[in-house]
Amino acid sequence: MQLRFEKRLHQSKIMLLAAPFIAIALSVVLSCILLVVLKKPILLTFHSFFIAPFENFYSITEIFLKFGPLLLIAQALAVGFRAKIWNIGAEGQMVIGAIAASAVPVYFVDSTSGWLLPAMIVLGALGGMAWAAIAAFLRTQFNANEILVTLMLTSIALQLLYFLLLGPWKDPMGFNFPQTVMFQDEALFPALFSGVRLNVSIIFPILFTIAVWLFMEKHYGGYKLVVGGLAPSAAGYAGFSSKKAVWGSLLLAGFAAGIAGMSEVAGPIGQLQRSMTSGYGYSAIIVAYLGALNPIGIVFAAFFLAVLHIGGDVALVSAGLPISAVHIFQGMILIFYLSAYAFVNYRLRVVQPVTQPDSAVSS
Amino acid sequence: MSTLEFFLAGTLSAATVFLLAALGELVVEKSGLLNLGVEGMMAVSAAVGFVVTFETGSHIWGFALAGLSGVVISMVFAVVAITFLANQVATGLAVGIMGLGLSALIGREYESRTITSPADLVIPYLSDLPLLGPVLFQQNIVVYLTFLLAVVIGYTLTHTRLGLAIRSVGEQPSAAHALGFPVYLIRYATVAFGGLLAGFAGAYASTIYTPLWADGMIAGRGWIAVALVVFGTWKTGRVAFGALLFGMISLGELIAQSMGARIPSQLLSSLPYIVTIIVLAMISTNKARMKLHAPFSLGEVYDGSEGR
Repeated sequence: MQLRFEKRLHQSKIMLLAAPFIAIALSVVLSCILLVVLKKPILLTFHSFFIAPFENFYSITEIFLKFGPLLLIAQALAVGFRAKIWNIGAEGQMVIGAIAASAVPVYFVDSTSGWLLPAMIVLGALGGMAWAAIAAFLRTQFNANEILVTLMLTSIALQLLYFLLLGPWKDPMGFNFPQTVMFQDEALFPALFSGVRLNVSIIFPILFTIAVWLFMEKHYGGYKLVVGGLAPSAAGYAGFSSKKAVWGSLLLAGFAAGIAGMSEVAGPIGQLQRSMTSGYGYSAIIVAYLGALNPIGIVFAAFFLAVLHIGGDVALVSAGLPISAVHIFQGMILIFYLSAYAFVNYRLRVVQPVTQPDSAVSS
Repeated sequence: MSTLEFFLAGTLSAATVFLLAALGELVVEKSGLLNLGVEGMMAVSAAVGFVVTFETGSHIWGFALAGLSGVVISMVFAVVAITFLANQVATGLAVGIMGLGLSALIGREYESRTITSPADLVIPYLSDLPLLGPVLFQQNIVVYLTFLLAVVIGYTLTHTRLGLAIRSVGEQPSAAHALGFPVYLIRYATVAFGGLLAGFAGAYASTIYTPLWADGMIAGRGWIAVALVVFGTWKTGRVAFGALLFGMISLGELIAQSMGARIPSQLLSSLPYIVTIIVLAMISTNKARMKLHAPFSLGEVYDGSEGR
């Protein structure tokens, strides 16, 4: 007796919905083993991850603070992934967006103009798009693999960030810390409620989600993009341009990541500093997949990963769980999700061994 | 040792990290799979290699367990991408993310610790040659073995039945299956081999090349190894040449500092990444040649159904 995967005629809708939950359940089980090995209290850790983040109002607003950038970037990445355009450099596009936006308060330290924030939004978006455009240009003009290019560009973006923070943009009164001056209030998004860090920039991911949903579900352009990913030659015959898909999805991701980076420095951080991205650019890849590359699925996935981020901070304090354990958990979820996804397109069939009519082959 | 000798000898040593990982990925890609988890596999085994060498004092144990951990991580990729038919790009990224987390976890008690690097293997008489002696014949034994391995792999891929099997599985798995080649077995084996070499590359980086532990020490070298396979257009000799080139570039920072050049260190640190992008664009621009040399089914899911 032998098991093998057999292609389904239609995707299984039930498995499509169940796959993320299966992945999370399996990851939780496997993490229990990891926790035992690390000699960490299991119940306390899971309490820190899944209950503590909801225990008070402030903590809930913090979840939404993480939810914003994850949602914004993942929505844009998913558009590209559906077209099989692998931009994995959102982290770098986010850094360049933050740098471009920070130029405004760094060079206009004393300004109290109402134009500061709008200028930062525009520069942040343009910065992210410019960085992504390099990859789009090299892919369309030189056929250069966008996976490697976007990844290398992220490393370069980080070096540029360090250069600015250690050199020309370093806060002269900052005790030699690698960071810029704290931005003036006019360069910061106003908080939604007093005493919390969640601010009005949460509107960007929400508007962006609606726009992407409309584009992918209701607009012909979204259809063309998906066809281009599934069957590039068919898309070519139908006159859909793959160049446009490369440019479109990369610029979209650059735009989203740039705004996300800008929202970090003009929001919870309030200055440009080394660890400004919090790894959102990479986590967003997991969010996009866990949400089945679907605009609505991604909303739930982004919320889940945001809870994980907050829960990780809580567990670090309460259970002494190293932050790397959270990264392992994230990787695990994606690994299990990709495995479970096999059951969306395939079914397992028991194959009875047939005695091979091997005479034809061996003779 | 003169500066030139030091530079050339260092190039060979730095190139070994790239070459080990790239040779492994080359074999994997020849069998039609794209494993982007090299960086993660190297990170895990660099941590394992360092910790084991630190605790036992034995580089051999360090390498052995680092290689083993590379194989274990690569098997996660194999199960998901081969058996569960998942998208290879996403699977490789997932393995990479998990690997970087595991690496930080394994090495977290060892931050900034150092170990002694083993003595170089000085080949008698030959090492006395001017210039060539110190450069070619006073290296760590792993350096010699790596370049020897490149020759063996190059020969195996092009001149043996095993190489033919790997290549046909990578070109057209359904045809290879019809010819009687065990497609899944061969692919599992190449992925394990890639994991083993990525493991050795990690161990070489953390216990011999820079015998000190710092989280994130692999610093993109696994990704450059993946790029090197493309640069070499899937040919062993060219991959080795690319590894030497990047070994040289990664020494640029040291050299510029020693010559007192006033270039921001961040620009020099970016140099390998910038060069990677430029070379990648230059090589890839000839679409026809890329198509000709790339394994035909590279990155495609093979579900055992007949042909395409």
